Amino acid sequence: MWSYAIIKEMTMITLKRIIKAGFLNFKRNGLISWAAVLVVTITLSVITTIILLQAVLHFSLNQIKDKVDVTIYFTVKAPEEKIMLLKSSLEKLPEVAAVSYTSADEALKLFRDRHANDYATIQALDEIGDNPLGAYLNVKAKEVSQYESIANFMKSDNALVSGSTSIIDKVNYHQNRLVIERLNTIISGAQKLGFLITLLLVIISIIITFNTIRLTIFISKEEIGVMRLVGASKMHVRGPFMIEGAIYGIIATLITLAIFWPATAWLGVKMTDFLGINMYGYYLSNFFQIFVILSLSGIILGIISSFLVIRKYLNK
Amino acid sequence: MIYFNNVSKVYRDTVALDDVTFTVESGEFVSIVGHSGAGKTTLTKMILAEENPSDGTVFFESINVNKLKNKDLTKLRRRIGMVFQDYKLLSNKTAYENIAFAMEAVGKTEEEIASDVPHVLELVDLSHRVMHFPYQMSGGEQQRLAIARAIINQPELVIADEPTGNLDPVNTHEIVQILKKINDLGTTVILTTHNRGVIESVGKRMITMENGKIIRDTKQDK
Repeated sequence: MWSYAIIKEMTMITLKRIIKAGFLNFKRNGLISWAAVLVVTITLSVITTIILLQAVLHFSLNQIKDKVDVTIYFTVKAPEEKIMLLKSSLEKLPEVAAVSYTSADEALKLFRDRHANDYATIQALDEIGDNPLGAYLNVKAKEVSQYESIANFMKSDNALVSGSTSIIDKVNYHQNRLVIERLNTIISGAQKLGFLITLLLVIISIIITFNTIRLTIFISKEEIGVMRLVGASKMHVRGPFMIEGAIYGIIATLITLAIFWPATAWLGVKMTDFLGINMYGYYLSNFFQIFVILSLSGIILGIISSFLVIRKYLNK
Repeated sequence: MIYFNNVSKVYRDTVALDDVTFTVESGEFVSIVGHSGAGKTTLTKMILAEENPSDGTVFFESINVNKLKNKDLTKLRRRIGMVFQDYKLLSNKTAYENIAFAMEAVGKTEEEIASDVPHVLELVDLSHRVMHFPYQMSGGEQQRLAIARAIINQPELVIADEPTGNLDPVNTHEIVQILKKINDLGTTVILTTHNRGVIESVGKRMITMENGKIIRDTKQDK
């Protein structure tokens, strides 16, 4: 137990020294340290930009997806309970997100509202007297690709109460089919492209950061050899460099967060209409997640780069 | 303390050491003289196991240094203090920190460091340079700092490889006197130089090397 306590105390002393040396090296390396911080800042800014772009992309895609739906028009004489029966069976489908019912009267009211300024149409409508419009169900799928299976379900008789096919006037999926399919391709393409660009940018940033840290350590190449000759253990040599790497990450995180604060505020004021999403609001509401992502990537990038670079010189 | 048994070292075609055999006793002051390329530096590197012999064995006490694993090698090096021609100080650390680093490396406490460093700086007459960086010091001062670092952990052996190579006669004399003082305090010293004048002022055992061979050893002459 006694020797264990001694070892523990020794480790604490070593740890304290390593951390202190890391900070001292950072301070004394001056411009070189700040150059490394700058490069890590650029990497983290790329990551932040990607996070924000993903948010815009995600938001826009969702909006587009939201505009897509399938409407089932019923004949004028279709009894309401049969329509409700169909509605509840549609709602049971796993692909369906929501089904909304619009009765014939509501449909007429909406039609009148829409054409309030179109005197001729309103007059024609009044001439008929009876409501010429049928009720309809508006179906939204969870994914754009799922409309096809919903449309197929509508075609199959077994899904419906016997004879109910006769109450359906038309399903507009087949008119919209081409548009929906194209949209589907575009959306999945945009997601794949976004992911590829993200991956590429992150890899490039990591390589640049790694090389910058390699340069900062290259300057100390001789010193590393001297430390080993003096009898320092590998961890005693490597530790301060890893701490320095972590410091790069921490400072770069703070700088990046500080830069994106006014940047997103500006975007929030000027670009909300164009982007469809308030960047400032998004940044603030996701601030903690962004902070965690940036600080973890910054610190891990700094520590691992230093670790890998130092290994080369230690084994010489 | 140190035993070289028929040690040879060949780099491709050049022979750096050719069948060298000699012994250094504990407490001795041994000077190795020879022209550049005579094999002096290779010899010192063998003791630290920075180089492995092509043939023969090198023992530090009962340890075959070339069979040591990385961790044990670190332990061996802590028992030997090294002084180099180009000082090899840590340039971004002050005089105090340079010595403190060597003490930290062997796990000394802050109290030990705080009490030992001023003493050793006084021994090499650098008390007025505690907070200076190496680039703020003269060559002689830097070399004295390097010696202070080499002896701070009370090594059994100090190896000084051409310590006066870059220094003027006055500083050279000072360095040699400090090494003698260290030897008088009981530490074994091995000094290499190409300058015979340095050795003559020491007046101790001298080994002369040429083309990787020992051609003269004053101890055997006696």
